[in-house]
Amino acid sequence: MGLDFGFMQKYLPWYIDAAILTVRVSFFGILFSLVVGVICSVIRYYKIPVLQRIVSVYIEISRNTPLLVQLFFLYFGLPKIGIVWSAEICAVVGLAFLGGSYMSESIRSGLESVEKSQIESAASLGMSKALTMKEVIFPQALASSVPGICANVIFLIKETSVVSGIALADLMYVTKDLIGLYYETDEALIMLVAFYLVILLPVSVLASLIERRLRYAGFGN
Amino acid sequence: MNGEIQLQVSGLVKRFGEETVLNGIDFCVRKGEVVVVLGPSGCGKSTLLRCMNGLESPDAGSIFLDGEAISAGGKNIAQLRQKIGMVFQSYDLFPNKNIIDNITLAPVKVQKRSKKEAEEQAEKLLKRVGLWEKRKAYPRELSGGQKQRVAIIRALCMNPEVMLFDEVTAALDPEMVREVLDVMIELANQGMTMVIVTHEMQFARAIADRVIFLDGGSIVEDSKPDEFFTNPKTKRAKDFLQTFAYEKRRTNIN
Repeated sequence: MGLDFGFMQKYLPWYIDAAILTVRVSFFGILFSLVVGVICSVIRYYKIPVLQRIVSVYIEISRNTPLLVQLFFLYFGLPKIGIVWSAEICAVVGLAFLGGSYMSESIRSGLESVEKSQIESAASLGMSKALTMKEVIFPQALASSVPGICANVIFLIKETSVVSGIALADLMYVTKDLIGLYYETDEALIMLVAFYLVILLPVSVLASLIERRLRYAGFGN
Repeated sequence: MNGEIQLQVSGLVKRFGEETVLNGIDFCVRKGEVVVVLGPSGCGKSTLLRCMNGLESPDAGSIFLDGEAISAGGKNIAQLRQKIGMVFQSYDLFPNKNIIDNITLAPVKVQKRSKKEAEEQAEKLLKRVGLWEKRKAYPRELSGGQKQRVAIIRALCMNPEVMLFDEVTAALDPEMVREVLDVMIELANQGMTMVIVTHEMQFARAIADRVIFLDGGSIVEDSKPDEFFTNPKTKRAKDFLQTFAYEKRRTNIN
């Protein structure tokens, strides 16, 4: 099998642009999914009436529908009621919608792992619920939900490959394009895999470093 | 002791489901008084203390600090808690904060004192219990006895009027019990009003101005420590004290 290196070199800029797009969509999608996750997990943790129900419905919908379907809804469905977003915004919102529920569940299990006696001792010092959450519960919860959060980050970056479905020129899209245009299947696929690895390996290494550090720091009372 | 009444408990009832844990408790604590609450396990000692700090809400009766009612759901509960320090069996230092931050968190964030001033007080208190070198350490780096001394200081740094101690040495290795109890005795000598739940009988006798013996959710005896330990009035108290005494074993060696 002879690889056409000239071809690979020629279309390298396409891949670089696509990779930048993938990273951008991932970054904002994951950022917002963390925000959604924190809000939802705190609502569920405190069992806030009404909101709690809304959150559980959201989580079920979000986790039990494919991202591609969610994207179609945003990209093709919303314009029917007058909301028109660019493909990239749809991708970010879709990723945040999907990721929010996963992040929420990871963070919630962290929140629930914080011992009740910690909350009582904060209360006995006159600390309010909000202050206790911010200073005592949340930092400890975050530490124990890091492995889950890291797994979600990697999962969400990989999920971005479906944004090509709404004509966003990400790595997957460029690859399919090139294969369609030139039949240089091997080269295009190798480039695709290589670029995903270039993005994901550092994230994965970083994640395990953070996890290890936290394990050493081993909170524990 | 006839100082003014600081803490008053009247007709306190607490039930957990079907079980009545506290069944009409009445007593008061005067300013500067050290009251030790004794009783068999499960008699409601800890529940009593938790009610006094608003961690449990009583089913009936009331608790007053300086004439103000304490109730778990009440609006002023956070303010009242600043006046009542509580130390728990399991220390419960915040593992995500170092020692000095553990101590100054509430003074700074709740009492809105300046960080500098709170830290100065914290360091002074740490010096007093010989833990100043540990001020930057994290709780996990401390022994149980050290953690418990820090927990006491954390409560003290709020400048409370009353301190509640809930079996603070129960989780400690025997050789660490002393260092914690010494801190408490020093505190008592300085005139702090204290309510202590403990199983350390000798310590109870040494530190108490008054002993309250709780059994089956009621106060069975309320007396001076010497009186209680040498000449308990009730059979239940006698039986209880008996469990701490050992008869010398008959030996088989002549």
